Amino acid sequence: MAWETVIGLEIHVQLNTKSKIFSGASTEFGAEPNTQACAVDLGLPGVLPVVNAEVYPKAVAFGLGVGASISKISAFDRKNYFYPDLPKGYQITQMDKPIVLGGSVDIPLADGTLKQVNITRAHLEEDAGKSLHEEFQQSTGIDLNRAGTPLLEIVSEPDMRSAKEAVAYAKYIHQLVTYLGVSDGNMAEGSLRCDANVSIRPSGTTEMGTRTETKNVNSFRFLERAINFEVQRQQQVLESGGRIVQETRLFDPDRDETRPMRSKETAMDYRYFPEPDLLPVKIDEAFIAEVKNSMPELPREKAARFANQYQLTQADAQVLAADPDLANYFEDTVQHCHDAKTTGNWVRVELLARLNRDDIHITDLALSAEQFGILLSRISDKTISGKIAKDILDALWQGEAQSVDEYIEKNDLKQVSDSGSLAPLIEKIIADNPKQAEQYRQGKTKLLGFFVGQVMKETAGKANPQQVNELVRTKLS
Amino acid sequence: MKITDTVVKNIADLTQLTFDKRELASFSTSMSEILELVEQMQQVDTTGVEPMSNPLDATQRLREDVVTEENQRETYQGIAPETEDGIYLVPKVIE
Repeated sequence: MAWETVIGLEIHVQLNTKSKIFSGASTEFGAEPNTQACAVDLGLPGVLPVVNAEVYPKAVAFGLGVGASISKISAFDRKNYFYPDLPKGYQITQMDKPIVLGGSVDIPLADGTLKQVNITRAHLEEDAGKSLHEEFQQSTGIDLNRAGTPLLEIVSEPDMRSAKEAVAYAKYIHQLVTYLGVSDGNMAEGSLRCDANVSIRPSGTTEMGTRTETKNVNSFRFLERAINFEVQRQQQVLESGGRIVQETRLFDPDRDETRPMRSKETAMDYRYFPEPDLLPVKIDEAFIAEVKNSMPELPREKAARFANQYQLTQADAQVLAADPDLANYFEDTVQHCHDAKTTGNWVRVELLARLNRDDIHITDLALSAEQFGILLSRISDKTISGKIAKDILDALWQGEAQSVDEYIEKNDLKQVSDSGSLAPLIEKIIADNPKQAEQYRQGKTKLLGFFVGQVMKETAGKANPQQVNELVRTKLS
Repeated sequence: MKITDTVVKNIADLTQLTFDKRELASFSTSMSEILELVEQMQQVDTTGVEPMSNPLDATQRLREDVVTEENQRETYQGIAPETEDGIYLVPKVIE
């Protein structure tokens, strides 16, 4: 049976504030255990939370970045559960009035197209501490340095249909929050963690299957592996007549599998209620406008500008603008090439294909925008053909060439546009293939391609194809 | 709504509390009484009344993003039943 995968992600982004969301303890990474856990973070009796003002501009910037609406009244709730890394016995989070509602992002897929993923909501909450299960024989160790670190939990709609799409979405969110400066995005330090809700259903059906939630995946590679494992597992269960249990699972990278987190899953009852220690926070239009003004150009604004300024198609502009680093590379290249259309095309087709093939990011690319621009301008000024340009791009890619112009000179790659030197060659080829020439003259005009091909072969691709076309046609008529 | 012994047991499990049978019965009774009071209040017609999150027309004051706390680990851990190398120890959570 063919199955369709349905994935929704909850991404926890650590906001890059100096102090915690409800206390004045430091959020700096890597401190000695429990040296940055104050009375509020420890949940000692009588302490009261005071909200860090800095979380609001950051959460609002994210909301505006995904085109969401911002709640004018943002309040906190208590989510109650008992676990030693949460000493208060409840997490302060947002249930009823999340700060960010709705919105969407357009994620670039490997095939060069864009896919819209909708965002349900994003809310502020505090992180829990860290449990150390392996380090002690008889006990679990608790480090509360991380308790109270501000998080923005971004909840997507179940819009993704493959592990690859889920990774593309997670990467996009990662890039956006780093770009907006709301998080340092350091995944190794846990600044971005994903919970993946995965279910499958028979292809062509619309009813949702039972989902599982794989928690706390902290790398893109693990996310892809965890989802793929989960899809495989669910298929096996369903195809052998079983049924999926709605449960929380944990990904084990060493064994490359997910497994249930709790041995006996008691239905969680979080008993949410409004946080009585905190009043609602009012967010007015002036504040939102202020945040908006201080934001860098967003991918979708950039796409609109590209389409307008460089006369690109909507689709080209969106793909180029979706990744800010790629967008910068494109604009830098245009500075050297002055032909935005050719540049857009080459960045989107040739460059992206090679980047995807070798799995490298544009920022790690050794080829400078300057040399790439020069290469493209040599097509525009008809020094070389598009085909030769691709060969040179490969040479630049492999590091076999440093300077485009020197490489063209050294390997004698200049396009032959001089009809004086092409004409005798064409005449010779026609003379060598009398049968084809005859057929062409009798109306089999498709054979034009045969002659052009022969000329291109003889000139090692250096002839200007358009010119060859015309010359061959004239000579044959 | 009547709070049964089962409901009380479930809440006790969630909050990691234990108590004996006699206490259990008295909890179910008093909790049921509280809910009866709430039920009575729910009969008030509140159509068109905006829900109120607090009695004052006040919003939360915010704190500047500055680190004001110093490391007081030793003091805090003085009251902890068990610690090792600065880490709090609790009964093993996962077998």
